[in-house]
Amino acid sequence: MKALRVAVAVATVMASSPPVLAASEPPPGAASCSGCHTSGAAAASSVSRLYGRNADEIMTAMTGFRDGSLPATVMNRIAKGFSDDELRAIAAWLAAQK
Amino acid sequence: MSYRISRRKFCGVGAAAVTASTFSSAFPLPAFAQAAARVVVIGGGFGGASCARALKAIDPKLQVTLVEPNKTFTACPFSNNVIAGLRSIEAQQFGYDKIAAGGVTVVAQAATAVDATARTVGLADGATLSYDRLVLSPGVDLRFDALQGYDEAAATKMPHAWKAGEQTLLLRKQLEAMGDGGLVVIAAPANPFRCPPGPYERACLIAHYLKSKKPRSKLLILDAKDTFSKQRLFQNAWKELYPGMVEWVSLSQGGKVNAVDPATNTLITDFGNHTAQVANVIPPQRAGRIAEIAGATDKTGWCAIDPVTFESKSAPNIHVIGDACLAGAMPKSAFSANAQAKVCAAAIATLLSGGTPATPKLINTCYSLAAPDYGISVAGVYQPKNGLLADVEGAGGVSPADAPREFRAREADYAQSWFSTVTAEVFG
Repeated sequence: MKALRVAVAVATVMASSPPVLAASEPPPGAASCSGCHTSGAAAASSVSRLYGRNADEIMTAMTGFRDGSLPATVMNRIAKGFSDDELRAIAAWLAAQK
Repeated sequence: MSYRISRRKFCGVGAAAVTASTFSSAFPLPAFAQAAARVVVIGGGFGGASCARALKAIDPKLQVTLVEPNKTFTACPFSNNVIAGLRSIEAQQFGYDKIAAGGVTVVAQAATAVDATARTVGLADGATLSYDRLVLSPGVDLRFDALQGYDEAAATKMPHAWKAGEQTLLLRKQLEAMGDGGLVVIAAPANPFRCPPGPYERACLIAHYLKSKKPRSKLLILDAKDTFSKQRLFQNAWKELYPGMVEWVSLSQGGKVNAVDPATNTLITDFGNHTAQVANVIPPQRAGRIAEIAGATDKTGWCAIDPVTFESKSAPNIHVIGDACLAGAMPKSAFSANAQAKVCAAAIATLLSGGTPATPKLINTCYSLAAPDYGISVAGVYQPKNGLLADVEGAGGVSPADAPREFRAREADYAQSWFSTVTAEVFG
């Protein structure tokens, strides 16, 4: 029954909307980043733009912030709230954004 | 399904955008498409405006209407700089043109009624909007029934300046008019309230002004609490930057203001009276009135929500974000409102397409300025736990207590960057 509902839901989504929704949905935590890291055109900001950045670079920075090997003001406190898997998902999503 | 608004009523409120969502039949749509789902968002601040935009970005076919009576939004973050004479009020102000240009129907009316059963919103001009999902982001209402003597008329004498705009400028004018040697009093409320570090940042920046222009003056904070956000950092900054100028009186030291007398600018506590040259009274608060009208508030005056979808625990199909909601460990900040808005928008889009929203994680970062080049911050990471948004253990916290001034300067710079970035995301 559940499988049927899911199938119907999937069919409905496929029929009525482009696949953009599923493809662009940010993983847990990722939507918060653009409060400080611009999602728009690169602005005159001291905070780096993350959209389109290499995922490995983002991952390396986040794990460095988390274990304290990279200096930070606030990112060390934030990185500690995420597991490797979560960070990988966030990094991949940010890298895929334009 | 009726959408009982005539085009005539919307003259001058972005007729093209209204046409697009009201008369979708005017646009050629694929024959198989069902009617686009309608989401109404009430409140055009950091939460509501972010949510309206995010909904449209996630699914451009959604009919998104943003209901906000003010044509110009005046931001609270950095308004303490305006009070201290460090910034113009214009730097705090944003319009809705870009949001409307992105396909959101912006309706410059106050929402006055919500029928959660019929799923309609009534507007001040008598029009009605139908919705599939409603988002409330009404911010706070100041409680003019909480402190004896502090009503709306009193606020024109003893400004709260807790909603940015005229009140911000009034407090600024009073500080400018005060003679050297005057007493400034800030009355801070008990939790919860909008912007937990705000009163203490305000104390710093007013002291910054007094130190250079009126150095014999004093600033007294009368507090209804025994602890506050970034307390040690603020107290260190007061000692370091404004020695002998700022005094904090906690609840247990008799700091709770019970009543005020605007005729004499007097604040009355259990322990005595304080007559100020400038009295900034920040009263207790509750969710904006429309939340209560919608049946989304509980006995605290705030809105209990599901931490995954931000759907009200008492009003189905109504989501509450920003300062009005009870977000557990997440503070009432513009950053939180913006982060919640994006999670809520994604959850609504998923719900409308028949899916189950994923469990989110959210981040908050709040900067405060102890001086223009001295920033401090508190951050947190949150996830749903036991029906609330809880701190992710081991994450978050405040800036280090022993950081060098270069570190403080960097955080002050990041504070400015955050404001530019978030306001560009929301309004730009």
